[in-house]
This record gives sequence, C-alpha cells and structure tokens, in this order.
Amino acid sequence: MFLKKYISDIFNAVGSLLKGMRLTGFYFTHHKEIITQQYPDNREQLNLPERFRGEVVMLHDENNEHACTGCTACELACPNATIKIITKFDVTPEGKKKKALDTFVYHLELCTMCNLCVEACPTDAIKMAQTFEHSVYDRSQLTKKLNRPGSKIREGVE
Amino acid sequence: MKNVEEIGTTEQGELIINVGPQHPSTHGVLHLVITLDGETIRNVEPHLGYIHRSIEKMCESLSYRQFIYVTSRMDYLSSHINNHGCAMCVEKGLQIEVPPRAKVIRVLMDELTRLASHQLWWGALAMDVGALTPFFHAFREREMINSIMEETCGARLTMNYMVPGGVMIDLHPNFQPGVKEFITHFKSKIDEYDELVTDNVIFQNRMKGVGTLSKEDAISYGCTGPTARGSGVRCDVRKLFPYEVYAGLRFDEIIETGGDCFARYMVRMKEMRQSLSIIEQLIDNIPEGDFQAKTKAVLKLPKGEFYTKIETARGEFGVYIISEGGMTPYRIKFRSPGFSNLSALNHMARGYKIGDLVAIMGSLDLVIPDIDR
Repeated sequence: MFLKKYISDIFNAVGSLLKGMRLTGFYFTHHKEIITQQYPDNREQLNLPERFRGEVVMLHDENNEHACTGCTACELACPNATIKIITKFDVTPEGKKKKALDTFVYHLELCTMCNLCVEACPTDAIKMAQTFEHSVYDRSQLTKKLNRPGSKIREGVE
Repeated sequence: MKNVEEIGTTEQGELIINVGPQHPSTHGVLHLVITLDGETIRNVEPHLGYIHRSIEKMCESLSYRQFIYVTSRMDYLSSHINNHGCAMCVEKGLQIEVPPRAKVIRVLMDELTRLASHQLWWGALAMDVGALTPFFHAFREREMINSIMEETCGARLTMNYMVPGGVMIDLHPNFQPGVKEFITHFKSKIDEYDELVTDNVIFQNRMKGVGTLSKEDAISYGCTGPTARGSGVRCDVRKLFPYEVYAGLRFDEIIETGGDCFARYMVRMKEMRQSLSIIEQLIDNIPEGDFQAKTKAVLKLPKGEFYTKIETARGEFGVYIISEGGMTPYRIKFRSPGFSNLSALNHMARGYKIGDLVAIMGSLDLVIPDIDR
C-alpha cells in the first residue's frame, strides 16, 4: 500500500510538473508574447498618457503670458508646502495698485504629484506635465521657478 | 569574552535568529526574532517600527482634502481602497450625497486595485516558496491594470483619485475599451495561473496543512479579509455592511474552511474571479451624470466622531475621525488589516518548520507600511 502511494505520488508530481512546463515551453517558443520594454532605448516611442503626473508646470502662451493671479490657492491646497508664491504690486495705468505674481517657486523634491494644486487653481494657470526623468546632480536644481523671465499675466484674467 | 556559541541561544539550548530587514527598500522591512528548536519554530516575535512615518499624526495637521493622499502610502497595493475609505468617512461627516456615476467609478477602481493587489501577491507568494516564473506572469497582467490607472487617474500606484464627494476627474474615453480588453485577456490567464501554480503538487505540499488557524483563533486575533475567510469566518465588509453599489451586485463571499495556507491561497484565487465578475457587471452600466458632488472650498466636519470601514485586498480597513469642528481633524485612527493579521503569525507558525514560515508569511499577504503606518 505504501509502495503504491509512493509510486503514484512520483507520477503525479512529474505529471503536474510537465503540465506547468508545457506552459513555460509555450512562452519559450512564442516570442510575440514577451512584453519587455527596452526602456532607455525606446524614449522616442514612449507615449505617456496625457493625464500622467510628472511635475507641475505653468502654462505660457506665445506672447509669454500666463494666467496666474497670485491668489495662493495652490499654495494652500498643497499638503507638503511644495509651492511658495511671492507676490508684488503692479501699478495699473489708472494709477491703482494691483497684486500680481512675482515668483512661483516650486520644490520638486517635496512634491508627491497629488494633483491637488491643479484642482485648486481657479484660472487653470498650472498643469501636470508628462516629464518623469527628474534626476539631477545637485539638490538645489530641484527648486524651480515656474514663471518664465519677463512673463506677465494675460489680459482679462482676474 | 563570551563564547560565540552562547550568543543567540536560550538557556534551554534553543537558537535565536533574526530575520530581516536587510535594506529599507526591500520587499517589506519586517524584523522577526525567531526562537528555534532544531528546525522547529518555538516562537516568532515581530519587531515593528522600521518604516513608521507617523501618518496618523501627520494627518492631524492636514485638511480634510489633503489627508487622503497620505493614506496611499500605507497599503500601497490597495491605495485606491484606502483613499476610498477616507473619502467615505469625510462624506459621512458632511452628509454629502455622492452621485451615482462616482459610486460606480469608485467600485470599478476598487475592484481593479484588488485584482492588481492579488496578482502581485500571487507572484510574490510563488517566488517566496521557490518558483520564479509566476512573478513575471503576474506582473505582465498587473501592468495592464497599471496602464488603465495611469490613463484615467494619472499615476500608477499612488493615485489620489478619490476626493470627498466623488472622484477627481472623469473617466478617460479609453477606460471602458481598456477594461474590457483586460477582462478577456485575464480570463484566459487566470486559468494559466491555476495550471502553473495551483495544480502543482510541490506547491500544494508546501501549502496544505501548514500554518493552520482555527475559526475561533481568527476571530480572537481580529483577523479579517482572506486570512479570516480562509478559516471560515464571514467577514467581507462588502457583503455584511454594503457600501456604495455593492448591495446591488451579484457576487459571492468566498469562504474556505481549511484554515491552512492553501485555504487562504484559494480564497484569494477565487476572489480574483469574483472581482472580474463585479467589473463585468458594472463596466457597461456606468450611469451618466456628474462625477463629483458640489462641495464647499473648505471642508469643516461637524463636532463629533465618525467611523467607516471598507474591504481592502487584505481585510477590513477602518477610518476613525474625531472632529472638533475645525479645518483639520483632532485625531485620526486607522485600523489597518495587516497589523491584526500579523499578530496571528506567532500562533500560526509555532510548531512548524522554519521553511514553512516563508509560506505562512506569504499567505498572510503582509504589506509592512500598512502595519507600521
């Protein structure tokens, strides 16, 4: 009885192994099922979805104008103090003082890409970009100024 | 100077060895102090705290919109479901009615996350007991779910898609075709999973009769999820306390009575098929309408205590908020399933061989950041 079970166990084990190996053999001979991506070499073909959250960028149009009013809604929405907005006072042609954006400081090293700042922005001035290769040689390079030099607020954005 | 042989032995001559952690970024930084008599385990003592980030305390300084993203970092494999539980608790406090479309989207995302989590568990368990190939099979299918998530939510693992009142952004137009393609693909592959691992005699011998946990012990240790259901405890929050649209769905609560590693394995394998069936029922019936309810810019929960629970891939996840009426919670407590499941490890592993410990831990599906928080 013991011998019978011993031998049948061996045959069962070999049988189940062959069953699994048949599947492994199938993939061995069918190369189209392999889905490995050769990452650094396929940068040109790499299509990230448009919603992918890589880093926060500020949108500028062709006249170097942005839509940020300096309202600090994004700064308040950020859980990690990633955004710091420095405002200044512009003088309008009528002679009135008006609050405007001076510097939009963005700390990429603190950002967790949670998208809360983009959701909070009332004028759609910022969005998430698809770039994801953020490695730099020095940590200070991760602190970015998002508004371009010489840019100003677009007409009509309040 | 102490004799080398004396170090790490008890007075009875039992050997004490330390297992893990080797590196903070490895697969789970759990430190186990194991007392061995020969090869037989006498005692297992988990030492926690290597990945403690004081998430509960952090949440006390964040507003009710902001604290949800942190919970993705707890059980990172079911981050959607964690976010869902937190959003539900805030909604309960504010008495926000979630639009039907958002409810269905949430359930769809939950089940996709559950599938992705179970796929990773399946690959990791097979790798733990010595089979390397299943890991790559599992990651191939998980990649499809990650791509779907990436397209709709914008991230692959820490999505932060659930906000109080609904979901952050509407479904991507490619979502429905993508999920349908995944369902047809995965239905054939899950049979391959069975062929490759479940039917394997060596695997079954490693799992059957190992790490038994009786029904009474499962209850007394507070185990939930597949760990408890493998011991015959009815504990599926989706069935017992239905939330969102689960009450109107046809699915079975998987109960196995074996209580051993193989029973827990079978619960998760069958749960994957149930999740597939839930997704199939919902994918063509997503109602039109808003994806997010109108909420105030600043959320303030009324004074009081709020608790919600939700079924993650590992068990019952509870969120307990005490509010003083301000912008931030006074206290937040998370009831994570991994912690209770881990506490039963000593009871399960005692008396078995040290080689079985790997299989027992694999069948518990531990996520250490969930335990340490």
